[in-house]
Amino acid sequence: MDKIEDLFIPCKDKNLHLQKVSFVSISFWEDAWIRFKKNKLAFGSLIFLLILIFMAILGPFISNHTYFETHLHLKNEKPSKEFWFGTDELGRDIFTRIWWGARISLFVGISAAFIDMIIGVFYGAFSGLSGGKTDEIMMRFADILHSLPYLLVVILLMVVMGPGIPTIILAMTITGWINMARIVRAQILQLKELDFVLAARSLGAGFSRILIQHLIPNTLGSVITTMTLTIPAAIFTEAFLSFLGLGVQAPIASWGTMASDGLSALRYYPWRLFFPAAFISLTMLSFNLVGDGLRDALDPRLRS
Amino acid sequence: MQLINFIFKKLLILLFSLFLVASLTFFLLKSIPGDPFSQEQAVPEEIIKSMKAYYGLDEPWHIQYFKYLKGIATWNLGPSFKYEGRTVNEIISEGAPVSFILGAEALILAIIFGITLGSIAAIKRCRFPDHVCMIMAVIGISIPNFILATFLQYFFSMKLGILPVARWGSFTQSILPSISLSALPMAFIARLTRGNMVEVLEQDYVMTAKSKGLPLFLIVTRHVLKNSLLTVVTYLAPLCSGILTGSFVVEKIFGIPGLGGWFVTSITNRDYTVIMGVTMFYSSVLMTSVFLVDLIYYFLDPRIKLIPRSASHG
Amino acid sequence: MTPLLQVKKLKVSFKHHFKKIDAVREVSFDLLPKQTVAIVGESGCGKSVLIKAILKLFSSSASIQAEKILYGGLDLNLLTEQELQKIRGKEIGVIFQDPMTSLNPTMKIGDQILENILLHKKSASFQEAKNEVLNLLALVGITDPAIRYYQYPHELSGGMRQRVMIAIALAPSPKILIADEPTTALDVTIQAQILSLLKKIQETRGTSILLITHDLSIVAGFCDKVMVMYAGKIVEVSDTASLFKDPKHPYTIKLLKSLPRLDVQPNTFLQAIGGVPPDLSTEIQGCSFAPRCFATMEVCTRFCPPSFGLEQRECACWLLDPRATKVKQ
Repeated sequence: MDKIEDLFIPCKDKNLHLQKVSFVSISFWEDAWIRFKKNKLAFGSLIFLLILIFMAILGPFISNHTYFETHLHLKNEKPSKEFWFGTDELGRDIFTRIWWGARISLFVGISAAFIDMIIGVFYGAFSGLSGGKTDEIMMRFADILHSLPYLLVVILLMVVMGPGIPTIILAMTITGWINMARIVRAQILQLKELDFVLAARSLGAGFSRILIQHLIPNTLGSVITTMTLTIPAAIFTEAFLSFLGLGVQAPIASWGTMASDGLSALRYYPWRLFFPAAFISLTMLSFNLVGDGLRDALDPRLRS
Repeated sequence: MQLINFIFKKLLILLFSLFLVASLTFFLLKSIPGDPFSQEQAVPEEIIKSMKAYYGLDEPWHIQYFKYLKGIATWNLGPSFKYEGRTVNEIISEGAPVSFILGAEALILAIIFGITLGSIAAIKRCRFPDHVCMIMAVIGISIPNFILATFLQYFFSMKLGILPVARWGSFTQSILPSISLSALPMAFIARLTRGNMVEVLEQDYVMTAKSKGLPLFLIVTRHVLKNSLLTVVTYLAPLCSGILTGSFVVEKIFGIPGLGGWFVTSITNRDYTVIMGVTMFYSSVLMTSVFLVDLIYYFLDPRIKLIPRSASHG
Repeated sequence: MTPLLQVKKLKVSFKHHFKKIDAVREVSFDLLPKQTVAIVGESGCGKSVLIKAILKLFSSSASIQAEKILYGGLDLNLLTEQELQKIRGKEIGVIFQDPMTSLNPTMKIGDQILENILLHKKSASFQEAKNEVLNLLALVGITDPAIRYYQYPHELSGGMRQRVMIAIALAPSPKILIADEPTTALDVTIQAQILSLLKKIQETRGTSILLITHDLSIVAGFCDKVMVMYAGKIVEVSDTASLFKDPKHPYTIKLLKSLPRLDVQPNTFLQAIGGVPPDLSTEIQGCSFAPRCFATMEVCTRFCPPSFGLEQRECACWLLDPRATKVKQ
C-alpha cells in the first residue's frame, strides 16, 4: 500500500475505462420478453393459459366419460370420485363438459380475435397510409359502424342467422375489427412520418411494399397486445349469447350454455354454475393480465 | 359559429346513423326465411291470411319498408307479435323507466367509485393501495356481469338472506342489481383514471403546486382532477352502451321488469316487432348519448375553445 | 451573520430499476440573508435534485440523508409533510425551469397567483388578495394586468409566463427564492430581462436568491457567490469576481475556457471538455473529475479530495494540497 505522500505525481492511467459508455445492447423483443417475465402476475397467467389449452385438448380423454353420455339415474350429483365436477340435470359428467366447453370457448374467442386482427390490421394500415380523402371516407364508415352498440348488433345477427359456432364467429367479427383498425391506423399515422419510410420511398418502394415490409411489422407490438385483449371480450360475448339462449346448441357444451343451465339450479346444485362460471372468469382474467403485461412489456418508453 | 357548425355536423351524423340502423334491422329481420306464423301449429289458411294483413306482411317489401320508416319517425312502432293487444310503444313505456332508474344507479356508482379508486391508486402509485385497487379493477373487468350477479344473488340472498333475491320496487331490491351492473364500468373508469392521473401527476405544474405549500388534497382537487378526467368523459358513451347491454342479463337474473328483460324475452319468442322497436329505441338513446358526450367534451377542454382567441406565442 | 439556510452533508439517492443512483453525493453550503448564490453545473450533476431535496418536492421515492438542513432554527429534513407545507411557498419559494409546463394549462394565471396569496394569508379578503395579484403582475412587468389576470398560460409568451411564475413565487413574500434554471427555456434577449427583474426584486425586497444554472455567463453581474457542482458534489466555492479571474478547480477552468468571451483574442477556439460525466449509479473511486482532468495525479484516482479552503474560497482538488508539485495549469 503506497503512502499517500508518494501519490502526488502525474497519473499514468486515468481510469479512462470509466469513460466508456457501457450498456449491453439487446433487441426490442428480447427486452420485452425479459420485462414480461418480471411481471409475475402476467407470467403466471400465461402459464395458467398454457395449462388450460393443454387440458382443453387432453381433458376429455382423462375421465372415462364423454360429454354427451347421460346417466339419468345419477343426475345432479355433487362432485365425487366418479364425477370430479359433479353431473348436470341429464346426468352428464361436468368435468368432461368443462373441457369441451374450453375447446369451444377458446376456439371461438381466438378465432374471432384472429379474424378481427386480420381485417382490422389491413383496413387500418391501408387507411392510415393512404391518408387524405380515402382515409377520411374509410374512417367515417368505420365510425358509423362503430356507433352501433356492439352487443346489440351481435344479438340481432344471431337472431337472424341462427345458432352455431360459425354464425357466432361471423356475428362477432362483423363489427369487432373496428377497434383494431383504429389502433393500427393511429400507429401507422405516427410511423409514416418517420425517416425510414422516406428512405424506403426514395429507394423506389411502392405503396404495398412499404405497407407490408416496413410499416406492419412495426405495429406488431400493439397488434399482439390488442389481440390478446380481444380474446376475453370474445369469450365474454360467446358466454353472454349462450346465456341468452343464442349460443351453441345442445348437446355441445360451451361454458356459456353450461352457466345458463346452471343458473336455474343455483339454489340446490350450485356446482353446476360454479365450475363454468369460475372457468370463464379465470380465463378472462388470465387473458387480461397477459394482455396488460404485454402492453407494459412492449411499451418502448419503459425500456431500461 | 364554430359551435353551430359542430352541432350541425354531429346531428347530421346522428340522424344518418339512426336511419342506417333502422334499415339494417328491417332488412336483417326480413331476411329470415319463412314467416313468423309458420312456426305456429296447424293454423287455418284464412287466419294466417288475415294475420298477415293485420301486420301488413302481405304487402310488397318496399311498401313495408316505407311504412316501417314512417312508423319510426312518428314513433308508432306497431303491435307486438306475440302479446295480444299490446303495442311495442306500451312495452317500451313500461319497461324503459325501470331500466333507466337501474341504469342511472349503476352509472352513478361506477363513476363515483371508479374515479375515487383510480385516484387513490394514482396518488399512491407503486405502493400497496395501488396494487390492491388495480387487482380489484382487473377482476372487475374479467368477471362477466351475469356471473357476478348470480354470485351476489347466491351469496347475499340465498345464503345470508340479508338482501332480497329478486323483483323490483324498493331500494334494497336495487342494491344487488346495480352493483352487478356497475362492476365492469367501475373497473374500467378506475383504470382510465389511474392511467391519466399518473401522467398528470408527473407534470411540472403539479410540482409548482406542491412548491406553493398546497396540501395533497387541494393539489388533487384543484389541479389534477380536472385535467385527468377528460379521457373519462370520452368513455361515457361506451359506458352507457355497456350498462344498457348489461341490463339484459341482470334484469333476467333478478326478475326486474325492465326493458332489457322484455328485449330478451322478445328474442327468445322471436317477437319481431318488439325486437325491431326496442332496437331502434336503444340505438336512439345510445347515439344521442354519444352526441351529448361530444358536446360536453367540446365545452370542457379550454384549449379547443380558446385557441382561436390566443395571443402570440414565444 | 447567521446563515438563513444551512445545508450540511446532504446526500440524495434514487432507486431506479433496481439500481441505486447517487444523485447528490455530499453537499454542504450556507446561504446568508440578502445574498445571491449560484449553483453551476452540467445537466445531470445533481443541482435540481439538490434544491428539490431541501423542500422534499420529489414525486417518486428518494432517499434523503443529511446531517442537518437548517432554516430558521428548524431542521427541514426532520419535519413532517404538514410542517413542510408551512415552509414551502411562504418561507422558501421556487421558480421552475419551463414556464409552459409549470403552469396549470386549464387555470387562469391570475387564479394561480391568487391561490398562493390566499393559501398563506388566511386573513386576506378576496378583493384584497385580487388587488395584490394585480400589483404583483405590474411589479413583474406584465402590461395590462387587469386583462392578463383572466388569460390562460397558452395565451402568453414565454417571457411573460416566466414573469407569472416569478409573481407566483413572490406572492407570499418568501425570504428565499430558489430559481431553477429560470432562463434556460427562454430566448437570449428575454433572459436578460428576467435576470434584471430578479435582481430588482432582490434589491427591493432583500430576498436571498439561490440560482441554479448550467450557464456560467449569466452568473457574472448577478450573483455574489458561485458554487460549482460536478457529479453530485460541490467542487468549488468562490465569490463571483475571483472565480472568473482566478479559477482554482480544473473543471471550473475548463468551463470558463468553453465560454465565448469578449476579452479573448479573436479566432481563439472554444475548448470543449472532452469525455462524459460519470455514471452516477456506480461507486466512484477517487476524484470524479479525474478521467477528464488535464492535471490528474495518482492520488486523484485513488482518493477523493477533501475541500481545501483559502480565505473565503473553497476548492475540492488535490492540486491545492501543499504536497502537490506545481503541475502546469
